Amino acid sequence: MTNSSLRRVIPIKVEPASLLNAEQRAAVENACQRLKELPGALLPILHAVQQALGFVPHDAVPLIARALNLSLAEVHGVLSFYHYFREHRGGRHVVHLCRAEACQALGAVGLEAHAKRSLGIDFHGTTADGAISLEPVYCLGNCALGPSMMIDEQLQGRVSTARFDALIAQARAVVKP
Amino acid sequence: MSALKIFVPGDAAARAVGADETVQTIAAEALRRKIDIEIIRIGSRGLLWLEPLVEVEVAGQRHAYGPVAADQVAGLFAAGFASRALPACSHPLAHGLTEEIPYLKKQQRLSFARVGIIDPRSLSDYLSHGGYRGLAAALAMQPADIVASVSASGLRGRGGAAFPAGIKWKTVLGAAGSPKYVVCNADEGDSGTFSDRMLMEGDPFVLIEGMTIAALATGATRGYIYLRWEYPDAKRALEAAIAAAYAEHYLGDDVQGSGKGFDLEVRMGAGAYICGEETSLLESLEGKRGQVRFKPPLPAIAGLFGKPTVINNVITFASVPIILDRGAAYYQHFGMGRSRGTLPMQLAGNVKYGGLVEIAFGMSLRELLYEYGGGTLSGRPIRAVQVGGPLGAYLPESQFDTPLDYEAFAEIKGMLGHGGIVVFDDSVDMAAQARYAMEFCAIESCGKCTPCRIGSTRGVEVIDRLVAGQNAPAQELLLRDLCETLTHGSLCALGGLIPYPVLSALNHFPEDFVKSPRAHASA
Repeated sequence: MTNSSLRRVIPIKVEPASLLNAEQRAAVENACQRLKELPGALLPILHAVQQALGFVPHDAVPLIARALNLSLAEVHGVLSFYHYFREHRGGRHVVHLCRAEACQALGAVGLEAHAKRSLGIDFHGTTADGAISLEPVYCLGNCALGPSMMIDEQLQGRVSTARFDALIAQARAVVKP
Repeated sequence: MSALKIFVPGDAAARAVGADETVQTIAAEALRRKIDIEIIRIGSRGLLWLEPLVEVEVAGQRHAYGPVAADQVAGLFAAGFASRALPACSHPLAHGLTEEIPYLKKQQRLSFARVGIIDPRSLSDYLSHGGYRGLAAALAMQPADIVASVSASGLRGRGGAAFPAGIKWKTVLGAAGSPKYVVCNADEGDSGTFSDRMLMEGDPFVLIEGMTIAALATGATRGYIYLRWEYPDAKRALEAAIAAAYAEHYLGDDVQGSGKGFDLEVRMGAGAYICGEETSLLESLEGKRGQVRFKPPLPAIAGLFGKPTVINNVITFASVPIILDRGAAYYQHFGMGRSRGTLPMQLAGNVKYGGLVEIAFGMSLRELLYEYGGGTLSGRPIRAVQVGGPLGAYLPESQFDTPLDYEAFAEIKGMLGHGGIVVFDDSVDMAAQARYAMEFCAIESCGKCTPCRIGSTRGVEVIDRLVAGQNAPAQELLLRDLCETLTHGSLCALGGLIPYPVLSALNHFPEDFVKSPRAHASA
């Protein structure tokens, strides 16, 4: 029998979250503190961080891993699995453009080309002025009134190229607090 | 005299075409004209081409106007739209009594009975329209009798797989383990479907009631609604309804004084189609990557956190209260063959009258497309329809007489799935649709099975070479072989069924896969 007092405890060194600024650090710690007791807390925490910061910074991963007693790989694996989570800061507004079949039947392929051309970016990109990020989405549940897109959390239907331009102009004019 | 009641949907689809602006304009115009009105935000009636649909209640009956854009509101007021004496029936936007609109009148609305009628935030509205009568019946029954009733109704899972709900519930009831869970799959990811969203936004209490009955039937004490992030409006509606249900003891540790507890919360997905597959969904709820699990063990035996779990789709749970309230025989008498009850079909894509059509199983696809849908929005002929979401087959006109029935669709190598129908006109390039199916599979594969993870990317390449005419016969052989590998070498429906859209496009529309593409009529 081994005497338990002879066991050496090797402390796990947690990577410092050195690149997080104070606001980011507070948001991550707050989310962990508030939600870590939930069963299956990781997705709720990632949602809370993204809601607060607009993305989940790379250096948030060790803080979340420590709070949930998970490995960095486990947290990174989940963060990178789900399309909705952003690992980099996006634009002031995020546009999710539907690529799915019901919208294709009403010209979504042409709308996608117009969106990329007029914004000068590809999917997952952000315009030079930092106003708009463009993301693909696979169905917004508005399939009888397509083509559809979502700007931030507002769904838009019957999006012609002209309506797309008008909605983008409107979004650019709104500067979020 | 009480205020004139005006109903406008707060549904996301109606808001996406300007319902909020219409409401603001109506309020401002009524104020200007000193007319006392009360605007009530409801769910959508599902006549989506008429959104924003505005209804004015005169003598207890609702008169429909639509689509009402904000700039048409003043004209409607001028025509007497907000007059109690004489509704503005002659206005071009007037459709008469809402209930008499044929599209709605011909339907058999069981699970959608209250959607578009009640205020989804009002528990008292729900109760006064027959709500919670199913729960009251269930509270007076033994768990085994509730399960027997659901079995006798013939209800099959409405998420797509059509597995008999009663069998799942019976397994959970008989399984040892504590706690047991009730999980609602609200990850409605199929393109062309929106019935779950409409129901959660328009009548969230019926889902809560159905899940509570499932808990009583199986001895579960904790429930989760796994909702996709793309539905923020549904999240708000569900959370408000859950709070109201807790306040009136329809949820909590003592449901209606029964001594039985049931807690319920909403959890958000994060943009992964695969999480609509039940075992991936459970992984995701546990805070992991949404990777498919091997079965067995079945979720009913070892599901969420390894415990016995009832997992069903939104519409499945929403069908349960009426079964308990009106009896299994009432529900069972709708439908045909082994498909009993009603299915909310969704007409989507390039369709003139898109919307939700809840009807008994058995109507032909053709009747749905033309009698309800009215053909295409573009006015061109229908060339193909995809039934059952991105994993469903593309059907040519020659198959439109297939009855809407699970077995009939299986016979033609298709599936009804969650009831979504996407209509395409004759400008569609079916090779591009087949390519998209493989691309979608590559993007959304969870990565567990090799044929799906890698085969989907190879599938895109093979279709590209086939269409480019690079040794086409060999490419076609390769594509068919790949599809067979996907069918037999995938754990779940994503890899297993992606051959459906690919091969149906290839078999029914081979002309689109030859090198010199047919001259597509410009849209």
